[in-house]
Amino acid sequence: MSGDFDCVSVVQLGRHYGRRRALADLSFSARAGDIVGLLGANGAGKSTLLAILATLLSASTGRVDYGDTTLAAGGAALRARIGMLGHDLFLYPELTARENLVFFGRLYGVSDVHARVADALERAGLAARGDDAVSSYSRGMRQRVALERALLHRPRLVLLDEPFTGLDQASTAALVARLRQEQARGAITLLATHDLDVVDGLLTDAVFLRAGRRAHAGDGDGPLRDRYREAMHSA
Amino acid sequence: MSAFFRVAALVVRKDLTVEVRSFEVLSTTLFFAVTVVLIFAFGFVKEGVPIDGVAAAILWIALAFSGTLALGRTFERERQADTLRALMLAPADRPALYAGKLAGILLLMALVEAVLVPMVGLMFQAPIFYAPGWLAGLLAAGTLGFAAVGTLFAAMLVRARSRDVLLPVLLYPMTVPVMIAGVRGTAALFQPEPDLGLAQFWLALLVFFDAVFVTLALWTFEPLMTD
Repeated sequence: MSGDFDCVSVVQLGRHYGRRRALADLSFSARAGDIVGLLGANGAGKSTLLAILATLLSASTGRVDYGDTTLAAGGAALRARIGMLGHDLFLYPELTARENLVFFGRLYGVSDVHARVADALERAGLAARGDDAVSSYSRGMRQRVALERALLHRPRLVLLDEPFTGLDQASTAALVARLRQEQARGAITLLATHDLDVVDGLLTDAVFLRAGRRAHAGDGDGPLRDRYREAMHSA
Repeated sequence: MSAFFRVAALVVRKDLTVEVRSFEVLSTTLFFAVTVVLIFAFGFVKEGVPIDGVAAAILWIALAFSGTLALGRTFERERQADTLRALMLAPADRPALYAGKLAGILLLMALVEAVLVPMVGLMFQAPIFYAPGWLAGLLAAGTLGFAAVGTLFAAMLVRARSRDVLLPVLLYPMTVPVMIAGVRGTAALFQPEPDLGLAQFWLALLVFFDAVFVTLALWTFEPLMTD
């Protein structure tokens, strides 16, 4: 499909809401197979960055390059290569999991959508409950459906905002395993999270954000929590 | 162009499925519209005889108020799980998403009108069967103009904290031309000696407003929704 890319580069990105600065002078890049953690306190700019990368928000300064394509030039073809799991789950609670997935699959132009949805429900461990309304699901079940919705069209860029929130240990392990599958497929995953212990060992790189700016944490060795603490307290 | 209609049809179908499951928007909108007409009937009908010339205005007031409620509730549904963002993320034409939402609102308002018009005819002795084609044309064109602007504003305001207050504040002034044309055209049909020529004039004006509002809404939906 056109619009594909194997690297995402954030170049001196900035975003202001009126006089409030949400992001400033942020630069980093990620390649196919990378799982990059966006780590920082609440209000550090993680969700704003994900919204810009998802094309939902425009940058005030700087740019994002999706391979050779920019946001302005990419349009619908670029959006077809992006999958996002937001803080809210992007699911219609009145519809069943299958109906939600079929609806979004058709919206993304997924071919053989019913077979793809059946596979997705199987992966989510919800094949037996795929025809139940999403409103009847637990938080973990909804999260698994929401993740499959985000990945249904096999996006190159996967954006996840707090995907581990409210998940039990088994659901967390399943989500980590699913992200590794996507990594093996060649997806570029950007993951905003506070669950440092969960993602330690999963991430190939980490971008520490403090007050909208990138904070550096020395070399890449050592436990993620220590590096996070160092980044948050560095001058 | 076929992709545009395919996406719009997908959104309409999804909205109708959700509504059939919950029956939430139609029931509240219909209940509200019927209540508005009943309250006016208590005020304007004395001993079974309505005050002259009020039926058209009451019909359009009930439509405007209940339409605002329907718009608000429909987009509240998209706000709850942030699904409007999910729609905006899809590689579909964003104007097609707008068209789908608009068509869903129009279907809903058509169902409300199917109850409201006979009720107004009954309570205010309005001759709704004198020129049913013209009346249907006026209602269809007026509803389209109102819903075209309303759908755009309701989508824009979905993340605003004061959306319930802002929607009518923005919507009613913008749709004043539609309301005037709707009321005057309908009044021309409801008067003791219906004036088809006058109704035709107001219908033509409504069609003009519709063309302007729908074009502007399709054109501005994507930039307005991006930020």
